[in-house]
Amino acid sequence: MEEMIIRKEKFHDLVERALKEYTVVAPVDNEGVVLFRRIATPSELTLEFSNTKIPAKSILFQQTETLFTFSQRESVTIDVPEDSEKVLLLGIRPCDAQSLAVLDHVFAGELEDPYVKKRENTVLIGLSCLAPEINCFCTSVGGSPFSAEYTDIQLTDIGENYYIEAKTDKGKKVLDGMSDLFRPATEEDTEKKKELEKKALDAMKRRMDTDDIVDRLENMFESSYWRKIALKCLGCAACTYACPTCHCFDMLDESAVARGARVRVWDSCMYPEYTRQASGYNPRPERMNRIRNRVYHKFNYYPKNWDIIACVGCGRCISVCPVNIDIIDVINRTCEAEP
Amino acid sequence: MNPYVPQLASIDQIRDEVAGERPIKTFQLSFQDENPQNTFKFNPGQCVMVSVLGEGECMFAVSSSPTEKGYIEVSVMKLGKVTSVLHQCEPGDILGVRGPYGNGFDVEGWKGKNIVTIGGGIGQPPLRSLIRYILAHRKEYGKLDIIYGARTSHDLSYKQEFFRLEDSDDADVHLSIDAPEEGWTRFVGFVPDNLLEVAPSPKNAIAVTCGPPIMIHYVIQNLLKLGFEEDQIFTTLEMRMKCGIGKCGRCNIGSVYVCKDGPVFSYQQLKNMKGER
Repeated sequence: MEEMIIRKEKFHDLVERALKEYTVVAPVDNEGVVLFRRIATPSELTLEFSNTKIPAKSILFQQTETLFTFSQRESVTIDVPEDSEKVLLLGIRPCDAQSLAVLDHVFAGELEDPYVKKRENTVLIGLSCLAPEINCFCTSVGGSPFSAEYTDIQLTDIGENYYIEAKTDKGKKVLDGMSDLFRPATEEDTEKKKELEKKALDAMKRRMDTDDIVDRLENMFESSYWRKIALKCLGCAACTYACPTCHCFDMLDESAVARGARVRVWDSCMYPEYTRQASGYNPRPERMNRIRNRVYHKFNYYPKNWDIIACVGCGRCISVCPVNIDIIDVINRTCEAEP
Repeated sequence: MNPYVPQLASIDQIRDEVAGERPIKTFQLSFQDENPQNTFKFNPGQCVMVSVLGEGECMFAVSSSPTEKGYIEVSVMKLGKVTSVLHQCEPGDILGVRGPYGNGFDVEGWKGKNIVTIGGGIGQPPLRSLIRYILAHRKEYGKLDIIYGARTSHDLSYKQEFFRLEDSDDADVHLSIDAPEEGWTRFVGFVPDNLLEVAPSPKNAIAVTCGPPIMIHYVIQNLLKLGFEEDQIFTTLEMRMKCGIGKCGRCNIGSVYVCKDGPVFSYQQLKNMKGER
């Protein structure tokens, strides 16, 4: 049972059954804003959307997350929340799935972030992109609108049916015992899918020039180019909150009398406080320093450390920027910039 | 195991090092549980994240030596939110400690070499750890020169310790203050000038410096003048840190994370590091 077909009206049955085993997180339309939410019934989810406003990383690396709680009554004690919840993350776009592969590098390692456990307990059901958005450019950074490289199960809307591929053991396990919902894919179905894929690829109009990007940036750290880019920037940090690969965080204590919690929250390298030291000294005091760091982190530092570009081409940062800073432009124009 | 969860440690002892507007205190901490008490192993130059539960966390270099068993020490200047609360703590109070983090000094590789430490102000704690380590393994190292200065004699940490050491054969201590004071018979002037005055030989030597960025800058220049090679000069850096383990993002200099790839770097490495610091 590898490449199957499920009729759209039966898809709710699939989710219904999965809900018995898993916490299902899926795109939910909140008055036009689509976000990943826990769902209790299949009718809550939508698979008719371009992409979620906030990326799927928010499920595994939450915007606010309690790392531990403490109590300071007679004695001091620390409690660490157990996390063994099995999650089915449904409707993740190929770019967001790729972003998790990017984040894996930084969160894994000898000192393993809680993200890693959550990731192990999460099954990804990807959803191919039929109609890339105006700012999409995943094909420039190793992705593709139909890529199933980083998902456990891949869904493709082929009209009246979904084309469904269970690719990993994790994915196959979800569909165990559901064979009554599927029929094998025919050559015709596969052809249909290929056609749609070609259409999606043709619709991808924007292109980022990432050839030799690590080397290109290597030689222009001191360029006046960054100052020019920074002139426009408001420092609002919307780009970092919308970014599926941004992983910066802050840790702070919330406390009441004799008890409290250490909480991890998303932070942003676009804020001056992010690097400001207690002495008042700040290694990145100007917006230019911060915007340059953000671009270098994604296209120079991360590739140097992990051999992967930390951008998946979702285009969210372009769409949310209030002053139209366009990362594709920023990167493409580095070719013309003076070193 | 969640790496952000600290071990509980109690404050055994607090020593006032420096009074005034920016006081420095040394906190001696011992782990509450037996296991970390016995298994907490670190190198001089490594750092720990110290929590005041309810207030937050800060990264400090351990200022005691790993040869001192049963406790660790950190020396803290009262400067920001967490350090201000820490300065109000009393013996018996419970803190959180996690780590050790970073690379630390290559004390194994430096065996048999002459060691010169050059410290300024609150930069001395990691060097104190190294000094105490060398003193505990005295025969395994060559000559030990300790160059250490502060603005005034009141701003010198570990004063009694270094005064005692002046009288011993284990090290040559060269203390300094920036401006003349009545009764001060040692060097008067900035640390980099004291370094030129002492003029340690670069032969078979390692120089380690920590202090304010401007001091480090001139110390390195003067070490080069004295004939030290770039790979004989080491420094330990400071950045704002939150996670301490290379994940939260903020302490990078280019692609290098000070918390996990440092905080100790040779001048040779430092020179080739592109990025804000």
